[in-house]
Amino acid sequence: MQAITQTTQTTQTTQITELPVRALRDRLAAGDFSAEEAARAYLEKIERDDPEIHAYLTVTAEEALGAARRADEKRRRGEAAAPLAGIPAGIKDNICTKGVRTTCASRMLETFVPPYSATVMERLDGMGAVMLGKLNMDEFAMGSTTETSRFGPTRNPRNPGRVPGGSSGGSAAAVAAGEAAFALGSDTGGSIRQPAAFCGVVGMKPTYGTVSRYGLVAFASSLDQIGPLTRDVADSALVLDAIAGWDERDATSLKREKPAYASLLGQEVQGLRVGLPKEFFGEGLDPAVRDAVYGAAKALEALGASVTEVSMPVLDSALPAYYILSSAEASSNLARFDGIKYGTRAADYGDIGGLYRASRSEGFGREVKRRILLGSFVLSAGYYDAYYKKALQVRALVQRDYQRAFAACDALLSPVAPTTAYPLGSKITDPLAMYKGDIYTVPVNIAGIPALSLPWGTDPDGLPVGVQLIGPAFSEPVLYQLGYALETQRGGAGQPPRPAKGEEHEG
Amino acid sequence: MKSDYEMVIGLEVHCELKTKTKIFCGCSTAFGAAPNTQCCPVCMGMPGALPVLNRQVVEYAVKAGLALNCAVARFSKEDRKNYFYPDLPKAYQISQYDLPLCEHGHLDIETAAGPKRIGITRIHIEEDAGKLVHGKDGTGCDYNRCGVPLIEIVSEPDIRSAEEARAYVRKLRAVLLYTGVSDCRMQEGSLRCDVNLSVRRKGDQRLGVRTEMKNLNSFQFIVRAIEYEFARQVEALEAGEPVVQETRRFDQDTGKTYTMRTKEDADDYRYFPDPDLPPIVLEEEELARLRDSIPALPDERKARYIKDYGLSARDAEQLVTERAVADYFEEAAGRTAYPKHVVSLLTTEIFRLLSLSPAEETAIPVSPAHLAKLADLLGSGRINSGTGKRLLGQMWERDADPEQLAGEQNLWQISDPAVLLPLVKDALAENPRSAADYRRGRTQALQALIGQCLRATGGQGDPQVLRALLEQELNG
Repeated sequence: MQAITQTTQTTQTTQITELPVRALRDRLAAGDFSAEEAARAYLEKIERDDPEIHAYLTVTAEEALGAARRADEKRRRGEAAAPLAGIPAGIKDNICTKGVRTTCASRMLETFVPPYSATVMERLDGMGAVMLGKLNMDEFAMGSTTETSRFGPTRNPRNPGRVPGGSSGGSAAAVAAGEAAFALGSDTGGSIRQPAAFCGVVGMKPTYGTVSRYGLVAFASSLDQIGPLTRDVADSALVLDAIAGWDERDATSLKREKPAYASLLGQEVQGLRVGLPKEFFGEGLDPAVRDAVYGAAKALEALGASVTEVSMPVLDSALPAYYILSSAEASSNLARFDGIKYGTRAADYGDIGGLYRASRSEGFGREVKRRILLGSFVLSAGYYDAYYKKALQVRALVQRDYQRAFAACDALLSPVAPTTAYPLGSKITDPLAMYKGDIYTVPVNIAGIPALSLPWGTDPDGLPVGVQLIGPAFSEPVLYQLGYALETQRGGAGQPPRPAKGEEHEG
Repeated sequence: MKSDYEMVIGLEVHCELKTKTKIFCGCSTAFGAAPNTQCCPVCMGMPGALPVLNRQVVEYAVKAGLALNCAVARFSKEDRKNYFYPDLPKAYQISQYDLPLCEHGHLDIETAAGPKRIGITRIHIEEDAGKLVHGKDGTGCDYNRCGVPLIEIVSEPDIRSAEEARAYVRKLRAVLLYTGVSDCRMQEGSLRCDVNLSVRRKGDQRLGVRTEMKNLNSFQFIVRAIEYEFARQVEALEAGEPVVQETRRFDQDTGKTYTMRTKEDADDYRYFPDPDLPPIVLEEEELARLRDSIPALPDERKARYIKDYGLSARDAEQLVTERAVADYFEEAAGRTAYPKHVVSLLTTEIFRLLSLSPAEETAIPVSPAHLAKLADLLGSGRINSGTGKRLLGQMWERDADPEQLAGEQNLWQISDPAVLLPLVKDALAENPRSAADYRRGRTQALQALIGQCLRATGGQGDPQVLRALLEQELNG
């Protein structure tokens, strides 16, 4: 890393790592700096700031510089630049990267080096993106604070005493801290949107089946989606376009033409109908968050959209249904980590049963164990009908509620989470309180529909507040249109990336 | 008393489908490759890897279902069966639980007591597991077999004897081979059988407590395991001990079955729909296409043989259970005026000779043309049946023209009474006792005298002529 520091100017570092993807791409195209310089700027930023933030679990400096040089070489040869050529990105550590350790922030996979890459990684490679490294998360994506990581928590770059949210806390923090131009996260019950809200960045959970799950270490297969975390809405559309599309290796990916995600950016929102689901504004909602959502509604109204109140009566049942469905799937998905073929094998064991018990007891953290136990229970003979089957019925009701709502409006506007980022350690011992924080995000996963989380103002402590735009399946372009309108109204992107330690940041 | 009881048997047959590639990935299904050379992230259950259903598996399973008279589900799904075992890297098997591909079929078999229909409860698709290899340095796992497609065919508890079980598996194998969906190589484990067996007093309508014997991979083992287990359960009941519901293992060396695990420690498989796989939907056109693609099945040929050649149902059944044998029979029978001799040569001598050969594949070393000629020689009386057997033995070693063989060794049947009469007279003179027995009405004494005369001709005498001459001398 010494060499990297020597060759990069500090002033330039600040500039490069503050640029959104589109601006970075334009500057690279203009030859203002090379992809290698951009990569070095980011690596230097990581080296300087990440010891405090701890967004990264693995930094792949050599590979990043190699990829950047290849991008520069192509440009020098005059080859048409790929859409993300030379753009430095961070990847959540539950996305398989060939030859690069993929831990899911678990002791279980501490030494797991996949022999293959996830489809999204192949797509990003094809688009010329430069991977900087692998990002911290809650263990196996189970958690809302990134505190269940085996490797220690990530800190919120907006306030290091606060959690970054989770489970894609490393992804949100990296983008907020200027340690990646964009990041990929995964969202099973809000794991992209909630950390995006806590860290003041833009997070998109696409329609289920939009982005291939091949190579994403599964948490809950029927709910998981990979999506982008970016500085602004237009970047989100750009990155989603790069990673979306049918994949023959994922039977749940959708074989349909990819919409032009950025096609409606900047279009008038006049006449669009936005619904406020009244159940989303009940007890437990922080007034600052409530006010921010109402404020965003007013802003959209001012732009000519109509805002009406709608009802989602089954919202209360969605949360327990989510925890049943996701834990049931997780209990099966994580069964393969038994110390035989996958997962760290315990040193001491007697027979084969002892090997399983010891390896799984040692390898999994408390939250993961809690979910495996819960999931195994709800699938057990005699309990299946009372829990799992009932949860499937709730799932159908949630879908019906959304369908009804979308008959009357084009998108819903809601909070992302009941509160802004809370202090580290404040909820980790109270799982139910933590689970309740997912109430506004999980119904979206249960219904398989897309939702966009974007910053809208701050709370009295200066912490970012996120608002959520939810639309019917395949409505990503409309969500981006509305999000972009809000962003423009607010005067461009939210807070710029947090400056490097010891630097003053202007404007 | 054993004879006071009857056994009630249901069979679960696992059959590997002969697709080129595995059920959820593109790896080869070929048998016998070096360990772990035919696997990929998908079939090894690598974190993040996903299954994609090989549509050929559905087609083969549906064809098997149609051939076994099943109703095929237009909508079915795949479920996860969760359990820990080192040969199962995902720790769950993708199978089908409550919505199998095929249901409500049946299979007709021939038994000593006549024809019998065995109900087929269901057929579902699933993936095979890997194989544990026990060596002196410990146990390893070969994942080559992981993801090889299987169908599981579950019968109703309609089977009442080891012989019926054998007849059922033989017929099932025949249908699957005819349909072309599996090689059914029992030695390679591509056809394996689980036997569920209970006993009850004859006339009792209620079922007894059953045990399950897993993974029997030869007809012999199926029969031996059933016979042992029946005796064991009857003995237990007679001694006033209960039969315990459990899984048992058949040991081929001792011929006994042993407890593997009882119901109390049986797994709860926590089945649930696999969220990685969309439901399997079959359109009517696709079903019609598959229905049309099913060739003539054993029962169709059987009916034809009975009608065209006047065969008994059991002989016809024996011929059709092996497609190669049926094809062979048809070719030989078409070349001779005496097809019944082809049948008797096949069902006695040839089946006996085949049973001596270790190969599972049916390969008859005698050409159908030569067998037809042998039938001609027998039918026209130019050789007798003993010579026929002898010639067939020679042809089995070297596939030659039987007429030429008979000519070279001068094995023609001797039917001339002038030649045979002196021999008859000698035999009577040498065996006055047999002659006396016959005259007292013990007609079986005649058989011994015919044998005596046959030996005197070197086996070539015409038994019919000899019988007539003997009767004439004895009665005259």
